[in-house]
Amino acid sequence: MKNYTTVEVDTDLLILGGGMSACGAAVEAAYWAKQNNLKVTLVDKAAMDRSGAVAMGLSAINQYVGLKDGQNTIKDYVDYVRNDLMGVTREDLVASIARHVDSTVHLFEKWGLPIWKDKDGGYVHEGRWQLMINGESYKVIVAEAAKNNLGADNIYERVFITEPLMDGDKCVGAVGFSVREEKFYVFKAKAVLVCMGGAVGVFKPRSTGEGAGRAWYPPFNSAASAYFTIKCGAEMTCQEVRFIPVRFKDAYGPVGAWFLLFKSRATNAMGENYMETRKAELENWGPYGKVKPIPANLRNYLGMLDIMEGKGPIYMRTEEAIANIVKSEKDPATAKKKLKELESEAWEDFLDMTISQSILWAATNVSPEEKPSEIAAAEPYFIGSHSGASGAWVSGPKDIAPAEYFWGYENMSTCKGIFCAGDASGASSHKFFSGSHAEGRIAAKAAIRYIVKEKPAAPSVKADVVEKLKAEALAPLKTYEDNVNKTTQPDVNPNYILWRPFMQRLQKLMDEYAGGVTAQFTTNESCLKRALELLALLKEDSEKLAANSAHELMRCWENKHRMYQAEAHVRTVLFREETRWPGYYFRADKPKLDPAWECFVNCKYDAKNNSWEMKKVPIKKAL
Amino acid sequence: MPSFVNPDKCDGCKALDKTACQYICPNDLMVLDKNKMKAYNQDPSQCWECYNCVKICPTQAVDVRGYADFVPMGAAVVPLRSSDNIMWTIKFRNGTVKRFKFPTRTTPEGKAEPAGGYQTGGDIDSLALFTEPASLGLDKVWSK
Ligand SMILES: Cc1cc2nc3c(=O)[nH]c(=O)nc-3n(C[C@H](O)[C@H](O)[C@H](O)COP(=O)(O)OP(=O)(O)OC[C@H]3O[C@@H](n4cnc5c(N)ncnc54)[C@H](O)[C@@H]3O)c2cc1C
Ligand code: SF4
Ligand code: SF4
Repeated sequence: MKNYTTVEVDTDLLILGGGMSACGAAVEAAYWAKQNNLKVTLVDKAAMDRSGAVAMGLSAINQYVGLKDGQNTIKDYVDYVRNDLMGVTREDLVASIARHVDSTVHLFEKWGLPIWKDKDGGYVHEGRWQLMINGESYKVIVAEAAKNNLGADNIYERVFITEPLMDGDKCVGAVGFSVREEKFYVFKAKAVLVCMGGAVGVFKPRSTGEGAGRAWYPPFNSAASAYFTIKCGAEMTCQEVRFIPVRFKDAYGPVGAWFLLFKSRATNAMGENYMETRKAELENWGPYGKVKPIPANLRNYLGMLDIMEGKGPIYMRTEEAIANIVKSEKDPATAKKKLKELESEAWEDFLDMTISQSILWAATNVSPEEKPSEIAAAEPYFIGSHSGASGAWVSGPKDIAPAEYFWGYENMSTCKGIFCAGDASGASSHKFFSGSHAEGRIAAKAAIRYIVKEKPAAPSVKADVVEKLKAEALAPLKTYEDNVNKTTQPDVNPNYILWRPFMQRLQKLMDEYAGGVTAQFTTNESCLKRALELLALLKEDSEKLAANSAHELMRCWENKHRMYQAEAHVRTVLFREETRWPGYYFRADKPKLDPAWECFVNCKYDAKNNSWEMKKVPIKKAL
Repeated sequence: MPSFVNPDKCDGCKALDKTACQYICPNDLMVLDKNKMKAYNQDPSQCWECYNCVKICPTQAVDVRGYADFVPMGAAVVPLRSSDNIMWTIKFRNGTVKRFKFPTRTTPEGKAEPAGGYQTGGDIDSLALFTEPASLGLDKVWSK
């Protein structure tokens, strides 16, 4: 077998991931670490300049509260998030992020991010909480500030984290391998901050050919955060709250600017606006059907009902929206100028964050001012930072959190010394890019404080533990080498499974039994139990994953990670005996909102016994 | 084939200390064939079409052909990125060409100053993050 050497790295705080929350964590931790003579190390599977969900760029900052100008209050933001999530939200965590997020946005601007300004020098809003930016280099700029504070020597790129490093039942770091050199890494740390994003590819994507990679959320976020915290034995929350965005069909171009900035409508094949024709349906969803703005999942649901009744396609009425804006200008010259500006804004929205949509419009000769374009629900994703809520159950801040939600250090999971931010922490949706960065900062400061106050002993890990983890991490390479010559065609071999068919098996079972695209996002108890049976077999077969290169080894591990996210999801959807987010998933056997389930569902994995514990946790008000 | 490489233009980044497209791809897809000294996308079906390999290539050898399973042929979207702006040329299937230019940053490359010029301080026990409260534009951090 290939000759992987073991590299041990000792550090105080280990930041896993190099995305938005990790960059926030790095810039903040570096400051406090310098004051306290501590070492901070960051590990990313890709290159920090362009890793994670913001690799391509973005066209808006989705969370800005505007505290300094008195635009909104903390409570306004908390109310908005709680309502959007049908009541299931940790108010303390949302408030914690909201009180810091403006500071992060102001830093982005100083670092060089162009934020649109009106003629009085104020930020241009897309919606109440959203700011318009020229965001092509968003990630580059934010990574630059993080790197400048942390120092290049403390950053490991192209190292894929496979597992937590455990000393008994305590996590004392992480292990992984380089996808560039034959090196196995053992990072030993006093505290770990998990920032490895959410998960794509747990469900079958709509495009299964070459377009399989065109997920809305990036295919390279593959449930590493969830796997890491689940394997540590941390309590997880909201594992049922997946997110399904409605976007321009197939290429998944953003719709936010069209709805919010251009005030566009969406209508079905008959020209009906489902938000009006199906208004009565909102009555069925308790107080959340009556709030403004209408929760994202309910808006989805109304559109889905049209599709299920055969009234599709659904169109974004771009031509109508543009005509309305032009009509509102009296002078034809100003109208023409305005149209030109709008056209540029509309294209920038795509070019900044979903370039594929520009290609699709160009390839199908779309002029948005002439004809409407189709929109559709994408496939389900796990993204606790956006409109989903899945992640680890973490402590709130002392001054805001109810007693039940506070255990010493904000953003610390139920495992001592393991902190989480961004998609990795749950029940605090709608933090988006700016809030994830702010949360990374909050968690990093808390983690440094934890190290300073608790003085955890420097971890020592036995050599046999390391050897065992190394053998496990590299096992797919050995399985391949040992068996490849037993058939004449390496793709088909009864002794192993390659990553791609393994991933497709996972996606097919999740799609069909856990309410994916082909099941119209609908499931029931029998389907979910069948999903668990099939997942158990898949888990057994994961021991037979095989890889012919470091790249394939990474793919094997990504899919092992996805499998645990899948299981946590299925178990939680099964446990919650109601339908609460009908536009994200629908339990056909429990089709209604049930006040008895106005609570969190948390779960915990016991790695020794391969068993799960499920429980209801009451929702406590914090404000 | 999402991203693809023009063999006449790719020089394998001979003169650089690293293969630019391989360095940047967030999904580890671009690889250099060391025999031919040409790069290629090793798994088009996992490509996000994020264009980072296209933007970084010093010889403009990388381009994108829309996903074959839903994008008709004949379009091209080509970026040209400089130190503070990006210019996009969009060629439609029917021959229409549109050009857009957008700013990308307001500071010199590499110069993002971590504290953003805000006063730093505070102590490890306080609510304030390292640039706060100055970076909030408030006297203090909100508390209940
Ligand atoms: C298309 C799109 C549009 C969006 N639009 C907006 C918007 O307009 N405005 C807005 O504010 N927000 C938007 N968001 C949301 C925002 O991007 C996310 O909320 C934010 O990036 C989450 O931050 P994160 O740190 O949790 O994850 P990420 O930023 O995705 O970072 C994850 C990191 O973990 C690394 N990683 C993953 N697995 C491993 C592993 N096994 N080992 C080592 N490293 C690993 C990755 O390389 C990456 O560095 C959008 C997201 C998408 C996908
Ligand atoms: S960056 Fe361009 S020139 Fe360099 S290897 Fe890649 S394709 Fe070739
Ligand atoms: S477009 Fe993005 S995902 Fe595709 S190969 Fe290039 S850098 Fe990688």
